Amino acid sequence: MVNYIKLIALGLITLFAMMAANYARDLAYMVHALIIVGVSGGLFIYTLRNVGTKVTHPQDEYMDDVIRAGVIATSFWGVVGFLAGVFIAFQLAFPVLNFEWAQGFANFGRLRPLHTSAVIFAFGGNALIATSFYIVQRTCAARLWGGNLAWFVFWGYQLFIVLAATGYVLGGTQSKEYAEPEWYVDLWLTVVWVAYLAVFLGTIIKRKEPHIYVANWFFLSFIVTVAMLHLVNNMTIPVSIWGSKSVIVWAGVQDAMTQWWYGHNAVGFFLTAGFLGMMYYFIPKQAERPVFSYKLSIIHFWALIFIYIWAGPHHLHYTALPDWASTLGMVFSVVLWMPSWGGMINGLMTLSGAWDKLRTDPVIRMMVISVGFYGMSTFEGPMMSIRAVNSLSHYTDWTIGHVHSGALGWNGMITFGALYYLVPVLWKRERLYSLSLVSWHFWLATIGIVLYAASMWVTGIMEGLMWREVDANGFLVNSFADTVAAKLPMYVVRGLGGLMFLAGAVIMCYNLWMTVRKAPAKEASLTVAVPAE
Amino acid sequence: METYSFLREFADSWMLLFLFCFFIGIIFWVFRPGASKEYRDTADIPFRHEDKPATDKEART
Repeated sequence: MVNYIKLIALGLITLFAMMAANYARDLAYMVHALIIVGVSGGLFIYTLRNVGTKVTHPQDEYMDDVIRAGVIATSFWGVVGFLAGVFIAFQLAFPVLNFEWAQGFANFGRLRPLHTSAVIFAFGGNALIATSFYIVQRTCAARLWGGNLAWFVFWGYQLFIVLAATGYVLGGTQSKEYAEPEWYVDLWLTVVWVAYLAVFLGTIIKRKEPHIYVANWFFLSFIVTVAMLHLVNNMTIPVSIWGSKSVIVWAGVQDAMTQWWYGHNAVGFFLTAGFLGMMYYFIPKQAERPVFSYKLSIIHFWALIFIYIWAGPHHLHYTALPDWASTLGMVFSVVLWMPSWGGMINGLMTLSGAWDKLRTDPVIRMMVISVGFYGMSTFEGPMMSIRAVNSLSHYTDWTIGHVHSGALGWNGMITFGALYYLVPVLWKRERLYSLSLVSWHFWLATIGIVLYAASMWVTGIMEGLMWREVDANGFLVNSFADTVAAKLPMYVVRGLGGLMFLAGAVIMCYNLWMTVRKAPAKEASLTVAVPAE
Repeated sequence: METYSFLREFADSWMLLFLFCFFIGIIFWVFRPGASKEYRDTADIPFRHEDKPATDKEART
């Protein structure tokens, strides 16, 4: 019965998408409509061929196949995102890479959102979905709720990524930082996200442990808050249902404030709370000892979510935003220092008594340096949110450096650590293929980040000082083009740092691939037949 | 009173007080007597049920 309803729905969607492709008012919308035709048409045939087959969900096994897919997707999108980043870094250094024949599609302005979304939402998002599904099952001692709904979340999210990415290149964008996708892509993400929440919450509800482990609190706050942010910041009215353009219901400073309330909490809940959930599971597992202080982790959680939500206005110092609002944002950003460092101490101290593992286990080294970068960028962030500092740092490359020490250092490294932990477990291997390759990855990535962050500090502060330099008569000394010319050496260094980080990620993919192919299997029987779950 | 002014005043006073007390309450609750023993057990959750879900018999309530 369910299959017939599915078939009817898929048929109608295919038909509607065909009409949409025909009536499309712009290129991005037409391409998206054609993608939908392909996907829903393909699903129609797939469902039709599988009408009779019954899918079973054994409750005495964890649902790991969707997590395996998530691990693959995370690695894939990671390399894609880093590659895009390296390319646009060199585009900035050498503008000739904005090829004439690709103008309007592959120039810096079109590729930059592609890079940010690829690393944040495709790489980070897939890592979060996969690890949250893994952790919630293990810490609740229950199989994922909702049967194939988890697969819907996985594939639905990939579709969102593809629609977002093609939209940026073809010009279908709202031009809002981290919220570029247009209205129909936003609607689709909402559907996927509600399903994600249902799977996660359903699993927590049927848990076999009396307590909800702290990692799940962080994941849950990430899912719920991102849903709220996404809905509020995308209150748009489409100009036509046959076109990608939409208009937000509020304008001016209200729009700017909503956008940065969204933008900063995307950092706070997507890139921080969710990844802290990973930290609270994988660091204890890899160190083989429980978290340093469970009490601190609870206070860490509540302090973080109570304070982060107010920090957004520090993005709008010296704008039309009222002073009280930007002061509020600044004060809360500075207060945020405490929970951030509380969490960092909790993660690092989990290793107390096992510090020798840092010498022998490159995976835990990766996790520890990620927490170190978390501490560093959560020190830098509050400092930059102070109005006086911000007057120097804002609009300069310092901001870019700050973001990357957080994203590459904290999010990237903890994800790499989690992937190195997960692949042997999920594919039932005894160990990783090569620990020395992990060490190579570790050092390439670390030196790459250091090159990146250091060059961006230098160029950012230089740029800020050049912009504000005035002569004896009060005239500006430097033109904008002067700062651009002065930045070239640092831009090249930044590009090289990115290249090293990318090389490390490629080594990781090779190592993980060989782990699945070549590393000895955990149980002899599994070499013969892996249960087709 | 217009909606904005009312909400502003409410947020600045009662809601602020409520959130503050809620947060202080959590800190006291975390340090309640007997918490250490319970949290030691909770912190061990990642080390149980690694390979397969708990059966109904094993379920802890």
